Amino acid sequence: MPYTKRRRLVSSAVAVALGATALAACGSSSDDDGAASGPVTLTYWSWAPGMDKVVDLWNKGPGKERQITVTVKKQASGDTLVTKILTAHKAGKAPDLVQAEYQALPTLVSNDALADISGEVGDAKKEFADGVWQQTTLGTDAVYAVPQDIGPMMFFYREDLFQKYGLTVPTTWDEFADTARKLKKAAPDKDLTTFSANDSGLFAGLAQQAGAQWWTTSGDKWKVGINDAATKKVASFWGGLVKEGAIDNQPMYTPAWNKALDTGQQIAWVSAVWAPGTLTTAAPATKGKWAMAPLPQWTKGENRTGSWGGSSTAVTTDSKHKDAAATFAAWLNTDARALNALAKESGIYPASTAAQTSGAFATPPEFFANQPDFYTKAAEIAETTAPSAWGPNVNVAYTTFKNAFGAAAKNKSDFTAALDAMQEDTVADLKKQGFGVAE
Amino acid sequence: MKSPARRPHGAQGAPYGRPSRSRARQAPYLFLVPAIVLFVLFFALPIGYAVWLSFRKVQVSGLGLGAGAREEVWAGLENYAGALSDSELLHGALRVLVYGCVVVPVMLGLALLFALMLDAERVRLAHFTRLAIFLPYAVPGVVAALLWGFLYLPSVSPFSFVLDALGLPQPDLLDGGPLYGALSNIAVWGGTGFNMIVIYTALRAVPAEVYEAAKLDGATPLQIALRIKIPMVAPSLVLTFFFSIIATLQVFSEPTTLKPLTNSVSTTWSPLMKVYQDAFGNGDIHAAAAQATLIAVATLVLSFGFLRTANRRTKQEAGR
Repeated sequence: MPYTKRRRLVSSAVAVALGATALAACGSSSDDDGAASGPVTLTYWSWAPGMDKVVDLWNKGPGKERQITVTVKKQASGDTLVTKILTAHKAGKAPDLVQAEYQALPTLVSNDALADISGEVGDAKKEFADGVWQQTTLGTDAVYAVPQDIGPMMFFYREDLFQKYGLTVPTTWDEFADTARKLKKAAPDKDLTTFSANDSGLFAGLAQQAGAQWWTTSGDKWKVGINDAATKKVASFWGGLVKEGAIDNQPMYTPAWNKALDTGQQIAWVSAVWAPGTLTTAAPATKGKWAMAPLPQWTKGENRTGSWGGSSTAVTTDSKHKDAAATFAAWLNTDARALNALAKESGIYPASTAAQTSGAFATPPEFFANQPDFYTKAAEIAETTAPSAWGPNVNVAYTTFKNAFGAAAKNKSDFTAALDAMQEDTVADLKKQGFGVAE
Repeated sequence: MKSPARRPHGAQGAPYGRPSRSRARQAPYLFLVPAIVLFVLFFALPIGYAVWLSFRKVQVSGLGLGAGAREEVWAGLENYAGALSDSELLHGALRVLVYGCVVVPVMLGLALLFALMLDAERVRLAHFTRLAIFLPYAVPGVVAALLWGFLYLPSVSPFSFVLDALGLPQPDLLDGGPLYGALSNIAVWGGTGFNMIVIYTALRAVPAEVYEAAKLDGATPLQIALRIKIPMVAPSLVLTFFFSIIATLQVFSEPTTLKPLTNSVSTTWSPLMKVYQDAFGNGDIHAAAAQATLIAVATLVLSFGFLRTANRRTKQEAGR
């Protein structure tokens, strides 16, 4: 599995302005509070590697004092976990705590699987950037999760090879295209990067940077804007580069891709803050040769980025100990020791702003030892994350993305047609399920 | 087994002085109970539940948020209509058909050939060869697919390296037509050994007198193979064919494993992948249940249809 998937992050604001009334009904029943009365055992579904070690800190420290023991059950990441949570929830047997990607929150909330923990974790709000926090509230007064990690997008490039081929770091997407062409001219067998259709999060992040709003609401209807002007611009930009052969069209996270990065056949990667971890395993021979820069912009002088990945910790409506679970969720994602352990054991980039430049993030990642200000820069970039807009069937859109863009990349055909297919499938699915859809 | 104590129960003069007849009548059912309970619990009930699910759907209202926004309602044949009109499912079925047309004949042909060769009179290292051919079957499908996937990927494949060194073109095996060959190869590599053993076992069961008689009549080894051995193992061939059809229709792990390596395998490449995608990717278990039911029915019709035709022909031949 792609190494990065476990920590796909999303730092942005859910622009879904959902009516607070619609949500007031769900999850606000007063659960019985087990924290004060006798020992409590909680189960936690998470895919983060090493999470059991982080949880051990809790079980031996604050958890012991409060008699709250947490057990981690390791899960697969992504869409399959959402289905698993929903299935368990149907049987009334969902675990107390779950790790959930930001884009999955609307789906989980709409299935009444997540409890409103605003009363328990409301104080944690100040630890996070507004845009990040907003994603866990879906724009309402409720709070459905505590942000754990985020994935602001950045541009990674081989500093040495850029110098060798006389390339400058692109600051706009136009310059990015020119850089790709210039490299092709200087070294025809090399590629600046590839357009990969096997991780929808990358494209979603790029669209987000361009200002796309894929799901919005008006009244009690959803409006799907996947083929809006901003996303079209992004799609035809990448489609054009693939078509003219300026960049490669093979998927990432394959042995071939690892080799291309490791041997310098691909010399740049549009990725997110977690890239150093991926590069460490994918391209071990290139240690110290990479550098990170902000993502190229659509308009010169602008300062925006998208996000790729990111997840939160949520309490389910099936939990008998909502209070205890929420307390743990808040500790896990705001306590300095916990965040430090999360960074060390799970390799996440914390959503908590204070943690982004302290502890494990005071020094650059080992792979980028040549760039001492890596995390200072990263924190600055994280601040410029554009708002995102997730809806209740992100999974359907993502599936169509993989298939339609995979085929378009392979055939070097029109990317905007693939985008239209994505829009159509998403709208058709919403309608089929009975959602109100505004045309 | 001629001891009088083993005389079937119910025969003259009840030797054990058994009680009433009614208990004797209940006995078989009593013995059947565990099997029936297990069958119902782990076979009939889940299948019944899947069929039940396939007739239902989730109805959302408005924005679909809040506790009462979703309810499960009766869908009738809607899911089936959706599945049958879904071009992706149809295309998946066609892709699998092409795949099956490559896999089944090649695999069974090779299995028969190897079995006949191993059964030939003078063969060296028979044990080792048999094991060597059978061994790939012991490799889990996913591992095999990964292994081959690495061998197919142009930039890491040793084949490509050799072809490149020889100045020959390196075909992309994970695209277009070659993709079918690539996928079939994995199945053939993994499945030939098993089928070979089935056929080989049948060959060993043929009485030696038959061969002796043939030899006395002056039949060459080739003639013995074609005229005697193959007809005599026909039932095994039918059986292996039957298994192969089912395995082909259910192809899932190989394309799923190769999917991340290439743009050419979509998430809905085979019908079962589509079911998986709908159930676990898109979260629509009702549509997935309907498709699964359709695939099960198609599998039953195809495999039993084949069995019936095959049996009829065997009977006709036997009658001649």
